[in-house]
Amino acid sequence: MKNVVFAGVGGQGVILASKVLMEVAKEAGYDVKESEIHGMAQRGGSVDCHVRYGKKVYSPLIEKRGADYIVSFEQLEAMRKLDLLAPEGTMIINLEKVDPAPVMTGEKKYPDDIEQWVSTNIPSYQLVDTAAVLKEVGTKKALNIVMLGVLSKYLEFTTEQWEKAIKSLVKEKFLEMNIDAFNRGRAL
Amino acid sequence: MEKKVLLGNEAIARGAYEAGCHVAAAYPGTPSTEILETLARDYREIKSQWSPNEKVALEVAAGASVGGARALAAMKHVGLNVAADPLFTFSYTGVNGGFVIINADDPGAWSSQNEQDNRHLARAAKVPMIEPSDPAEAKEFTKLAFEISEAYDRPVIVRITTRIAHSQGIVELGERKNVPLRDVPRNPQKYVMIPAHARPRHRFIEEQHIKLKEYSNTSGLNRIEWGKRKRGIITDGVAYQYVKETCPEDSVLKIGMVWPMPDDIIREFAAGVEEVYVVEEIDPFIEDYVKSLGIKATGKEIIPLCGELTPEIVDSALNGKAFPSVLPDYTTEIPGRPPGLCKGCPHGFVFTVLKKLDLIVNGDIGCYTLAVLPPYSAMHTQGCMGASIGMHLGLEKAHGEEMARKSVAVIGDSTFVHSGITPLIDLVYNRGTGTVIILDNRSTAMTGHQDHPATGVTLMGEPTHELDLEMLARAVGVKRVVKVDPKDIDEFERVVREETAAREPSVIISLRKCILKK
Repeated sequence: MKNVVFAGVGGQGVILASKVLMEVAKEAGYDVKESEIHGMAQRGGSVDCHVRYGKKVYSPLIEKRGADYIVSFEQLEAMRKLDLLAPEGTMIINLEKVDPAPVMTGEKKYPDDIEQWVSTNIPSYQLVDTAAVLKEVGTKKALNIVMLGVLSKYLEFTTEQWEKAIKSLVKEKFLEMNIDAFNRGRAL
Repeated sequence: MEKKVLLGNEAIARGAYEAGCHVAAAYPGTPSTEILETLARDYREIKSQWSPNEKVALEVAAGASVGGARALAAMKHVGLNVAADPLFTFSYTGVNGGFVIINADDPGAWSSQNEQDNRHLARAAKVPMIEPSDPAEAKEFTKLAFEISEAYDRPVIVRITTRIAHSQGIVELGERKNVPLRDVPRNPQKYVMIPAHARPRHRFIEEQHIKLKEYSNTSGLNRIEWGKRKRGIITDGVAYQYVKETCPEDSVLKIGMVWPMPDDIIREFAAGVEEVYVVEEIDPFIEDYVKSLGIKATGKEIIPLCGELTPEIVDSALNGKAFPSVLPDYTTEIPGRPPGLCKGCPHGFVFTVLKKLDLIVNGDIGCYTLAVLPPYSAMHTQGCMGASIGMHLGLEKAHGEEMARKSVAVIGDSTFVHSGITPLIDLVYNRGTGTVIILDNRSTAMTGHQDHPATGVTLMGEPTHELDLEMLARAVGVKRVVKVDPKDIDEFERVVREETAAREPSVIISLRKCILKK
């Protein structure tokens, strides 16, 4: 059984990333389930998806301290999910910061010690600087596929399996760009 | 057969398609909205529509059913309150073509104003209710609901929750069944509920209830999965998955038909285990029933009454599992990410003005309810679809006309069409003098930009008559109707000052397209 949490904010493509992972897992013969909360996502709220695959999956939700991987598209959302990380779990964090409303209004401060705290305390982690990669890909919209590329290094599936899944879920005209984004993420 | 990963709501739409459903109607509401969106997008054979509200949606489906079609209505839990009136009496008339109601509860109130448990409504309306526990079952149960409906002459409710509606899983696709329309009956004893007809129909549905109880015992929807006999857990919906995950060795009674309940199976199960537990979200619906059979059971003593369940809640309640952190605490404050109005949102201009004028704001259901939060903090009341206008009038009735000089009602365009028209009539009829601001952003924005009668486009994408809100307000007797673009904030403020000062009913149509809408 593998448990993967995707976390981010509305508009970052969290749900599509989870769909690609589910497709890969399904095609590899696994049972797969996912749960997502997106009611308020379009209004600037947090978005998360739990993806679980294995021989037989019951719960669509990952238990506390049960996530093998937390893939966060943004720093703050990663910290919000800490409780889900398994003791041997891996944290993958995009270093981008997206200010929530209380930070924008100056009421609260965006923590500046996340990078340091993660690198000091979490046994297995990867901090990803996607800014340069996204510039090369040509669109910030590919962030989700870049992050999947990073995650893919840790999972058992082949590049061909991933590409096939991406192909089945993205529009033809964006396919080449997304495959490029995936491969650049995988190289990070 | 092809296997696809589908969202629970997409699986329900697929189930309706495979069942040969002919007509589907709904009003958008999280977490149910994607059901009709999927039907309109992928299954064009089904005549799908947004109705102005859930009551009308349920009535349209009822009419289609009486007309011999397989019909579906979908709504969120509070939507079934709106549709409760037709539900309770179409329970008496029964069906001609299969009649299925999809009801989406929202434990945790992720996107709702309450956490009501609509299993109670099935019991109260005497309507069978079945409850899938993942997307694959959501499809199968929806198909089955049409069969049950026709076999027992009952509308059937399929109850889902957020974790079924917005959960994805592998679903095996089947073919669409070709179901011919049945003849339109001439049977007023069945379809016209005057008291003389209603009384025998009541007896009829009580007889059907007994037959359905037998079905509940024998259909396989309720099944025992024997494990160790020490502990037996009765559970339904997504809670079943948490139980299977965290208590793999225990015996489980999975409740797939939650009304009527399967007495024989419950007794057999209780007799076969040493201790009975009930794990269910929100109210002790199953637990109370089990106890009414004289069975000793543990439920809400250890399972929370409020909020949704999670695997760890079940794991710690049943297994005493703790979840200690192996990491040091991260002590820096993590600022929340509350949802808010978008940058440039037309509602933002409105609430900036209302706040500045320090008006009492009776709010309603939509994105604009977020104006209760900072930076606007400009809403005093809100409860359900359409309540803003009636409450606004009630406030004036309590405090006199001067109250209407310093208060307003705000309501979105879609919400106004849903439930705002009758209270506006009331405001005029009962000599109110208040101001109603219709926040017309040309969309049902909160649920993802669905069309409605005032946008001039149907769910299927056809052009249609565009309801004229200004003419409508004038027709109910409002003489002062002003259309204004809130982005012109000075003009908007001038209009609000002028209209709230006027000692007669007024409607301000604050017209600007949602910033997110293409």
